[in-house]
Amino acid sequence: MAAPAIRVGRPVEARASRGLWSDAFRRLLRNRPALVGVLFIALFVVTALIAPLIAPYAPLAGTLADRLQPPNTAHLMGTDLQGRDELSRVMYGARVSLVAGVASVVMGVFIGGLIGALAGGLGGKVDSVLMRVVDVMLAIPGILLAIGIVAWLDRGLPQIMFAVAMVNVPIFARILRGSLLSLRESDYVIASRSLGASGFRVLVRHMLPNSLTPLIVAATLALATAIIDVAGLGFLGLGPPDPRTPEWGTMLTDSTKFLRQAPWLIIFPGLAIVVSAVGFNLLGDGLRESLDPRLKQ
Amino acid sequence: MGKYIVRRLLGAIPVLIGLSIILFAFVHLLPGDPATAILGQHATPERVAAMRAYLGLDLPLWQQYLGYVGGLLRGDFGSSVINNQPLLRELLTRFPATLELTVAAMIYAVGVGIPLGRFASRHAQGWSDGAVTVVSLLGISIPVFVLGLTLQYIFAVELGVLPAGGRIDPRANLHIQSNFVLIDSLLMGRPDLFIDGIRHLILPAIALGSIPLAIITRITRASVLDVSNEDHVRTARAKGLKEKRVNSRHIMRNAWLPVVTVIGIQVGGLLGGAVITETVFAWNGVGRFVVEAINNRDYLVVQNTILIFALVFLAVNLIVDILYAFINPRIRYA
Repeated sequence: MAAPAIRVGRPVEARASRGLWSDAFRRLLRNRPALVGVLFIALFVVTALIAPLIAPYAPLAGTLADRLQPPNTAHLMGTDLQGRDELSRVMYGARVSLVAGVASVVMGVFIGGLIGALAGGLGGKVDSVLMRVVDVMLAIPGILLAIGIVAWLDRGLPQIMFAVAMVNVPIFARILRGSLLSLRESDYVIASRSLGASGFRVLVRHMLPNSLTPLIVAATLALATAIIDVAGLGFLGLGPPDPRTPEWGTMLTDSTKFLRQAPWLIIFPGLAIVVSAVGFNLLGDGLRESLDPRLKQ
Repeated sequence: MGKYIVRRLLGAIPVLIGLSIILFAFVHLLPGDPATAILGQHATPERVAAMRAYLGLDLPLWQQYLGYVGGLLRGDFGSSVINNQPLLRELLTRFPATLELTVAAMIYAVGVGIPLGRFASRHAQGWSDGAVTVVSLLGISIPVFVLGLTLQYIFAVELGVLPAGGRIDPRANLHIQSNFVLIDSLLMGRPDLFIDGIRHLILPAIALGSIPLAIITRITRASVLDVSNEDHVRTARAKGLKEKRVNSRHIMRNAWLPVVTVIGIQVGGLLGGAVITETVFAWNGVGRFVVEAINNRDYLVVQNTILIFALVFLAVNLIVDILYAFINPRIRYA
């Protein structure tokens, strides 16, 4: 009888680690909710990209004779007040949300990251001044800050992106500063400093690469709120200047008066916002758990 | 403790100064000529000249700023461009509506969120925990206006069990004293109006409270789980304490800390969300006022609403910080 094989630990542990990101990626692939998130995001992004190819009708074309039709075979999501096909408008709406959402988060990461890096990297007076600025921005409730900025700069898609970016700037700045501060006294930073590396080099080469993880997770989650905020501005009438633009929030504003006659005009754009927000929230949570497995309980 | 409170109060001063500078710039540095921007292209030259004088646009910027801050300290918030009414009075009349709504939303979020989070933590990894996780995921992913419209459709239009909007039945002859519907109805000795006020509050409060509810549930669950795994809890159980006592004295007492912080932070979100909720539910508060003001380009209204919301948010955070230091002595000496 052959002796039973002795197993020393699991093979996964026997392998050498492949670095933070590749390990995290492996864990992410095993995280089912995160994969559902990726699926939702893919649906959203692909729809946005190929909307002109798959949309059954042009988003602005419609005749009043077709107005307020409930969902049917010709118009799967019904038609709106002007007789435009709701499905086509929801598909085109993904483009506005995708562009505005991603652009505002990228802008926010850039500005907030710069403030956070300067504050956390340089410390001292620069830190206290910048953090007071961040405190002031945080004192204004997010959507109200965005409303104020759009009111000030006037309506337009670039203005909306900037406004939503500024909502996230103080949050990103605090996150990056926090993680930089926690690294300042770590051994490898002290080591490179004592070897004579300049403050700038220590910050850019050693501290920043190790402090980006929380920022990346926050940015992924912020994509969900950015899409919601962009739609929120649209809902309040601060969306793209051309009111015919297929934008999810703006589409909802027009439908509030027809809640009784045409509930589908609320359901479908609303569902589109929720699906994309759920996608980014699931991916963000999954990313956080796979980058820091201790979090998963 | 007194020292800590003074330190926190002094810490708020730079934020207030920064806030006043931003809000000053919001009106006084409007692109183009601020007076014309505020009054609109069709204003008469006399009105533009009067607005220029009111804003002090001919003075150096620093004098304009001092004038603005001086006005605020005297309680002069300017007048609405639309009806020329003093803004402070208008804001004070509408603010109770916003306060009533946000407090109701917070009671809902805390009242449901904390028990839900504790429930999920007791059944961690079970299906009920999974269900709570899904609900809280939806909570943070459904925008206030989508949830609000959906609730309106289901409960007001389809089922007809709750009103679709407004603060009270328009036929109700409510004698306005405090501008809080719930308080005024009680002052009148009319419990029927009080109940009507509550019925009008339910849908908007649920819509507005859904995001804080989701976040409070998540934090409570994580915090209770965290503390439950600590040595002192195991010790408490090992020495034979009843589960109820372990929960109340050993787990919850420590688990409260992050929950309290998060509740404070959520107030900012609630005030922002109120702007949208009030628009959905035709709720005559400050939030709806600001949305109307933007459509009328009434910049002074926007400026002062931001100021009031920021002041309330700062005050709440100050109270939360003090509360936090009260329940967590380590903070006071940090």
